[in-house]
Amino acid sequence: MSEKPKLHYFNGRGRMESIRWLLASAGVEFEECYLETKDDMIKLQKGGSLLFQQVPMVEMDGMKMVQTRAILSYIAAKYNLYGKDLKERALIDMYVEALIDLNELLMAHALQPADKKEQHLATLVDKATNRYFPVYEKVLKDHGQEFLVGNQFSKADVQLLETLLTAEECKPDILAKFPLLQSFKARISSIPTINKFLQPGSQRKPPLQEKDLPKVMKIFY
Amino acid sequence: MSGKPRLTYCNGRGRMEPVRWLLAAAGVEFEEIFLETREQYEKLIKDGVLLFQQVPLVEIDGMKMVQTRAILSYIAAKYNLYGKDLKERALIDMYVEGITDLMQMIMMFPFSPPEAKEKNLESIKERATIRYFPVFEKVLKQHGQDFLVGNKFSWADVQLIEAILTVEEKIPAVLSEFPQLQAFKTRMSNMPTIKKFLQPGSPRKPPPDERYVEIVLKIFKK
Repeated sequence: MSEKPKLHYFNGRGRMESIRWLLASAGVEFEECYLETKDDMIKLQKGGSLLFQQVPMVEMDGMKMVQTRAILSYIAAKYNLYGKDLKERALIDMYVEALIDLNELLMAHALQPADKKEQHLATLVDKATNRYFPVYEKVLKDHGQEFLVGNQFSKADVQLLETLLTAEECKPDILAKFPLLQSFKARISSIPTINKFLQPGSQRKPPLQEKDLPKVMKIFY
Repeated sequence: MSGKPRLTYCNGRGRMEPVRWLLAAAGVEFEEIFLETREQYEKLIKDGVLLFQQVPLVEIDGMKMVQTRAILSYIAAKYNLYGKDLKERALIDMYVEGITDLMQMIMMFPFSPPEAKEKNLESIKERATIRYFPVFEKVLKQHGQDFLVGNKFSWADVQLIEAILTVEEKIPAVLSEFPQLQAFKTRMSNMPTIKKFLQPGSPRKPPPDERYVEIVLKIFKK
């Protein structure tokens, strides 16, 4: 029996991608079990593995964990990516929560109907470049350290890199005014575990294509 | 200068109410600043006090904390309401996150258009009685303990009692099929700190009304 964490989700980013990022960054190998049809989902639900009838679900350390944030927090704490004390943890949580908000906006972009896409992009770019990115640019500028919190690699760095790359997929020059975020991106991308995750053939998932959307919807609705 | 945590938000439940519940349950006194005008909010932003230009804001232990979950996690850990180890913490997080999804539906409800309200209420009732409450009924039945996790009072218990009472305000008979939750509700309501919070005159805020919706839209809508 494998000791590796086992991830249950569809074969795409969605809410599981941050978990893949964090496990990969921590150098933890994992297996994936993909939902392809509604029947797969029903089977999982009927089997009683999904506490609230939802995925993501991660089988790990004898638990069937659900709720993305709960899973991320457990992984971060287990692999020492959560700061050295309560206050660092609080800072990491604040940074990560805001990035999750931005990431949800970015993820929603692919799902916008054609007539709403342009407006959505404008909103997304506005929030990213006026509300969120300036905060992280300033954090890095103020302390001059390599990592966001406590001069140590943490979950916040992983989440920020993931979000920066996703934002660039929406608008390639979105980091133009943020030199420190650009160097952060280069630096964190070159960390061996992350560099490996960014190679072709890794478990990192591509952005959702519009043509795949109906199939995904069918699994859940 | 007061050592008490200071909460900045509108004078109503919204996203701050779980924070009020948790502090109160932990027996921690706190102060509140209420946003009443857009100008007040804009001044907070201009003063650089809101990390992402948003409230809730909780000033605690020298930090200006934002992001509700970050705030709640900090309070839970500080006051020993987060379980005894990583696995209990994971369980508490799972339970809290599930309940938060339900509470999110309730929080958004006053802002839904009149024609959608009946349907939304049905959704809340369905989610509560089919997806969420049965889970906690089963948890309590299976271990037979007073509290959800690790036989000890935790953030999960506070979040659940808040959710039960809030849903009951809209759907009075919602616990009719859940005897364990009924007993849980009584038990939690009688805990001294929670009992105090449930008395008139406590910092607990009333259910949102039209006036509250108006104020929120006035302050935050672009």
